[in-house]
Amino acid sequence: MNYFFQRFGRQIVIWLPLAWLLLFFMLPLIEMINVSFSEARRAVPPYNPAFQFGPGGISFQPVVDNYYLIYEYWEDYLWPAVNSIRLAFFSTLYCLLFAYPMAWWIARSNKSLQHILLILVLMPFWTSSLLRMYALIGLLNPNGFINDILIWAGVTVIPIQMMQTDFSIYAGMVLTYLPLMILPLYASLVRLDGSIIEAAADLGARKWDIFKTIILPLSIPGIIAGSLLVFIPAVGEFVIPALLGGPEQLMLGKVIWTEFFRNRDWPVASAIAIILIAIIILPIVYARYQDKEGIS
Amino acid sequence: MRYDVPLIVKVLAIVGFGILYIPVMIMMIYSFNSGKLVAVWAGFSTKWYRELWTDDILLSALYKSLLIGMSSATISTFFGLLIAIAFVRFSAFRARLTLSLVASAPLVMPEAVTGLSMLLLFIAMETTFGWPSGRGVDTIMIAHATFGMCFAAVVIQTRLRDMDRYLEEAARDLGERQPFVFMSITLPLIFPSIIAAWLLSFTLSFDDLVIASFVSGPGSSTLPIVIFSKIRLGVSPEINAIATLMILTISGMVLAGSMLILKRDSRGKKN
Repeated sequence: MNYFFQRFGRQIVIWLPLAWLLLFFMLPLIEMINVSFSEARRAVPPYNPAFQFGPGGISFQPVVDNYYLIYEYWEDYLWPAVNSIRLAFFSTLYCLLFAYPMAWWIARSNKSLQHILLILVLMPFWTSSLLRMYALIGLLNPNGFINDILIWAGVTVIPIQMMQTDFSIYAGMVLTYLPLMILPLYASLVRLDGSIIEAAADLGARKWDIFKTIILPLSIPGIIAGSLLVFIPAVGEFVIPALLGGPEQLMLGKVIWTEFFRNRDWPVASAIAIILIAIIILPIVYARYQDKEGIS
Repeated sequence: MRYDVPLIVKVLAIVGFGILYIPVMIMMIYSFNSGKLVAVWAGFSTKWYRELWTDDILLSALYKSLLIGMSSATISTFFGLLIAIAFVRFSAFRARLTLSLVASAPLVMPEAVTGLSMLLLFIAMETTFGWPSGRGVDTIMIAHATFGMCFAAVVIQTRLRDMDRYLEEAARDLGERQPFVFMSITLPLIFPSIIAAWLLSFTLSFDDLVIASFVSGPGSSTLPIVIFSKIRLGVSPEINAIATLMILTISGMVLAGSMLILKRDSRGKKN
């Protein structure tokens, strides 16, 4: 038994999860590439696979129709792509704006308050984003909580349109992704040596100068990590544009959904998914490159 | 001279916490509204909660979500533990780069892409081998276990890396065999992270809408799928009540879990 464990245990530990992930993560992506080069047809399933093997032998007939279709109707697909990047970019910025003071405060407070605040940050992260977006709708609706208060206070007579605007998307994104920005910022701010700040204060530096010349530069790794953690899932977001956005806030995640479920055009949905992966890989590769630069 | 956090930073931070909590709190308050109209407060009532227990669609979706969540979290935690061991404890092995690629890519993959690609694979497998015949609870379980194990691996890996290795080495020096060392020393030491990994994969599965929508079949709607279709019809006090219950349950579990971990950690430090 022990001999067996020594000999094969290591291989089992490596290959069991690796085989699962290759089968249920890698292979699906390969199949998606295959479908994106397949011809759409009215049947079940609604495509004619580019690469196929079966009793009839192996056939390989890739078509580029789906990518050509995206190219031809580029306006229908380019705007969602641009929107995805634009909305994700500004959402990241707003998250950073709100997360920075929170992370700073948590990092500089005493141990017991720190524990409580960290749990308060983590708690929403564990609860369903779908439900939190639903709660937000209750606030932003024309007959929702905020408009009720504004009308009651006499600020406005007719309800202000807040749903289906960029504002509602940003509100949803900040509500969903704020914890992901706070945690890496907190990690970099808590490591910051307090004695440097105190030394600067002793030498007469103003608060703003201390922030600008010490705290901000030393927290840049946290800013980069947090921005990636927010930007990457925000680009591919589906729930937020679907529930809070209107036609002006169409994003790629929702386009994939619509092509797949409503138009039943699976090959085009696959082709868009591949374009979305390309958009996400770019910032990751950039971050890796920055990492290597930093080390050398 | 002490450098305190500027007042403006504290004020902004409190605003930030307000953003995180106010929407959900208002929703929870309105779940006790007796009126059918969402925005108008018509008095306190728990009737929406009582009505939930008569909604068969909702209850069967809840049962499926719990079943899928628990089973996929268990698979995720076991495989995540294996991945963590391979990364932290094994010296260079040939498949390391491949494993690190396929174990981290699901973390950044958009849910719509993961869901779509998995569905396409299940359909290709069905036409080729006849398995899985149709889609349902089992395909959702596989999909959730797949991305859950990557999150579980990250959680366990951190703990395994920070762990003191002298105890293991001492046991080995005293002639204990590797499986025994692992079961009686390593496993208890990393146990809090195993609980955390299980909880995380469970909540990821329990909350997932997008991937489940792709890989579910007719009659296998999970709770988020049912809630999503209800939300599309508009805000209603009934959804307020479900959402309140779900958020309170998950928050309670997380609080209990973090208490347990904190307690274990502080006890470990005293010894």
